[in-house]
Amino acid sequence: MIPEIGHFALALAFALALVQSVLPILGANREKLLWMQSARATSLGQLSFIGIAFAALMRSFVTSDFTVLNVVENSHSLKPMLFKIAGTWGSHEGSLLLWVLILSVFGAGVSLFGSNIPEPLKARTLAVQAWISTGFLSFMLLTSNPFDRLFPPPLDGNDLNPLLQDVGLALHPPLLYLGYVGFSIVFSFAVAALLEGRVDAAWARWVRPWTLAAWMCLTAGITLGSWWAYYELGWGGWWFWDPVENVSFMPWLLGTALLHSAIVTEKRDAFKSWTILLAILAFSFSLLGTFVVRSGLLTSVHAFAVDPERGMYILFLLALSIGGSLALFAWRAPLMEPGGLFKPVSREAGLLLNSIILGAATGAILFGTLYPLFLEAVTDEKISVGPPFFNASVVPMMLLLVFVMALGPYLSWKRADLVGILQRLRFVAVLSVLATLTLWYLQNGGPVLAYLSILLAIWLFLATLREWGTRIRLFDVSFAESLHRARNLPRAAHGMTLAHTGLAIAMFGFIGSSAWKVEEIVFVTPGTTIEIAGFDVTFEGMERVRGPNYVADRGTLVVERGGKPITILYPERRSYPVAQSTTTESAIRSTLAGDLYASISTPLSETSEQSGALTLRILYEPLVNFIWIGMGFLILGGGFSLSDRRLRVGAPRSRKTLPVATAPAE
Amino acid sequence: MKRLIAFTPFFIALVVGGFFLWGLNPDRDPNEVPTVLISQPAPDFDLSPIEGVDVPGLARANLVNSDTPVVVNVFASWCVPCRAEHAVLSKLAQKDGMRLYGINYKDKPKDAARWLNNLGNPYTRIGSDVSGRAGIEWGISGVPETFIIARDGTVVFRFVGPVVGEEATAEFRAALIQAGALKSEES
Repeated sequence: MIPEIGHFALALAFALALVQSVLPILGANREKLLWMQSARATSLGQLSFIGIAFAALMRSFVTSDFTVLNVVENSHSLKPMLFKIAGTWGSHEGSLLLWVLILSVFGAGVSLFGSNIPEPLKARTLAVQAWISTGFLSFMLLTSNPFDRLFPPPLDGNDLNPLLQDVGLALHPPLLYLGYVGFSIVFSFAVAALLEGRVDAAWARWVRPWTLAAWMCLTAGITLGSWWAYYELGWGGWWFWDPVENVSFMPWLLGTALLHSAIVTEKRDAFKSWTILLAILAFSFSLLGTFVVRSGLLTSVHAFAVDPERGMYILFLLALSIGGSLALFAWRAPLMEPGGLFKPVSREAGLLLNSIILGAATGAILFGTLYPLFLEAVTDEKISVGPPFFNASVVPMMLLLVFVMALGPYLSWKRADLVGILQRLRFVAVLSVLATLTLWYLQNGGPVLAYLSILLAIWLFLATLREWGTRIRLFDVSFAESLHRARNLPRAAHGMTLAHTGLAIAMFGFIGSSAWKVEEIVFVTPGTTIEIAGFDVTFEGMERVRGPNYVADRGTLVVERGGKPITILYPERRSYPVAQSTTTESAIRSTLAGDLYASISTPLSETSEQSGALTLRILYEPLVNFIWIGMGFLILGGGFSLSDRRLRVGAPRSRKTLPVATAPAE
Repeated sequence: MKRLIAFTPFFIALVVGGFFLWGLNPDRDPNEVPTVLISQPAPDFDLSPIEGVDVPGLARANLVNSDTPVVVNVFASWCVPCRAEHAVLSKLAQKDGMRLYGINYKDKPKDAARWLNNLGNPYTRIGSDVSGRAGIEWGISGVPETFIIARDGTVVFRFVGPVVGEEATAEFRAALIQAGALKSEES
């Protein structure tokens, strides 16, 4: 019964989405207030019904209802409760349901909190949002129904892929989707603005909090994903330039560019078409991600639910939404009047450069990701584009970006004094060089690029802090006065400082763990000692332990340094009998200086099994934790900006007719 | 001009979408690695033996006009899966009489010799490909990789990755039987 309720609720939501697709936009064109306001009821209705469907599916998972096909395929009665719940979005069908749920959350959010948005713009935005909703709900109902029943029900389920049975990954999809789908509302705003034929500062101000919220979630989702890859997959890496990773990175880059470009539109009434284009592209790349992950178009280590028929349906949706919006853009954008003028050296120019670099990086990643497909289509040759391509193309662009990023906040609008800025940053530059030289002396070698990157990271870090210091006049006035100034500073300024320093901090992690990583892969028998990065690691032996739905071979590694005991590591090899698969659980000793990371694999062959030898992989990853700390700063910075009063209240009153209430817009 | 620029994203999306449409062809499997050398004569190469291992080296001349189909296995002592595969290949060579040649890929002769001493040497000929040049000729994508060569020197089968586990071993064995390198009557 419950699954049927869920199914029925989905169908009702679809019906509401159809109404919302048409009625509000007609109302906006004919200036009928009631029609426009119908979007409020339909968007809230959609949220409720999709919420009911989601709750119904979750209940089926929690109670292990094995009459539901989706539950059978992705759950098992012995699974821990957390992963039963997470199983709701662990499959293609369930994750799509989560997708549309979040879509409806954002739609309802605009209805509820968007009282400062002019009624016609809001009506059009919600109608566009309903178009997307209609597309995805029909996709679910026609090809991927999560409520399909199975008769006769089996005794037990197939279990969720053990790799996914992890807290990090249980939370990763919801966060990533909040980001992906969050860009949908920005997309809807952009299309609505194109339909209206007008983009102004007020529009940019409405768009920014939504972009910020989506961007924060996407940042958190990506961070969680790479953290999961780092400790769960057992290879000690956090980024592989895999197609599925790339398709989440591209919307992030574009979202970052959009955040900055929208500032220019808001403050200087410029970059209008560009901001609109970025808003369309950020969501288009999110859709592209959904498509690539589910269509089986490219080879990926993560791809799931590969099915060309579904791929065809999504491609059709893609053609409508991306093709349609870009065509609309091509038609309407040139009509938009250009805004404020600026000199080649100015805040505007800096942000333009930011957009260009981020756009170029996205282009390079898109090209690298799809190149194998292009080549195969044209020449029938199969190749894969690996990390070297992306490192060679994207890393230099990012370094340039980091250099400019440090200068950006010092630039004033319209016209800036570059010589003056460089003079003010003299001290920072000298300090950065000295710090890098010291590091080089201590570290004694390593790739030149790594030192250049470190130099730029320190440069960004110090320059950003100095800018913040100048704002609160640190050391110029008394400390109490500075503190007072800091409190009065707009939250967005703190947000920017946090985010920029966060990136610098994360860079230390990126560079440290890729340039100075030490790796040993050895065969070990009980008693073997390996020396790595100053640690002596002794393998004591293996024992068998039982978990809730797995059995594990657990190795014991005693870690010493200079004869003194440091810690004991227990890497595991888990085998899940139901899912018939095994996972590698690495053991990590984490410190700020670096991680000692160990994982073991199965006895390799008959010969080595007899001698009891195992493959042990030990890595020393310097500074790797700075990645997660830095990313945390980025998210925190986004949160600070989002809580800025200026974003919540008083969008400038550019219309005379409508009363502007001061309701929160997040 | 402005209009033209505004249309650029649309056109790019159109082209990319066209490729996607092509890529969705259900007969296409992106995971399948093409077999470059199948039905082609084995590439030209000439490798000297590994120092300290008492089997002769390997050249193309050893592959053509032989009395039975042979197997060429690309391996290295630093390659962990090769170690697992070694047991399977040894069994096939010793029990079933498969003729096994090896190409020792980018390996130090000393390491390779020690590896073969420890695990046993099922190969009747091994060419030492220190530079990896022969590896390029064979178009290998990684070690281990195993080829079956017909009596006239054409490559009839290529196995990427280690021949380990029931499924892989069965597939490899079936290919051996089909190539005539192994008799099919065994139980």
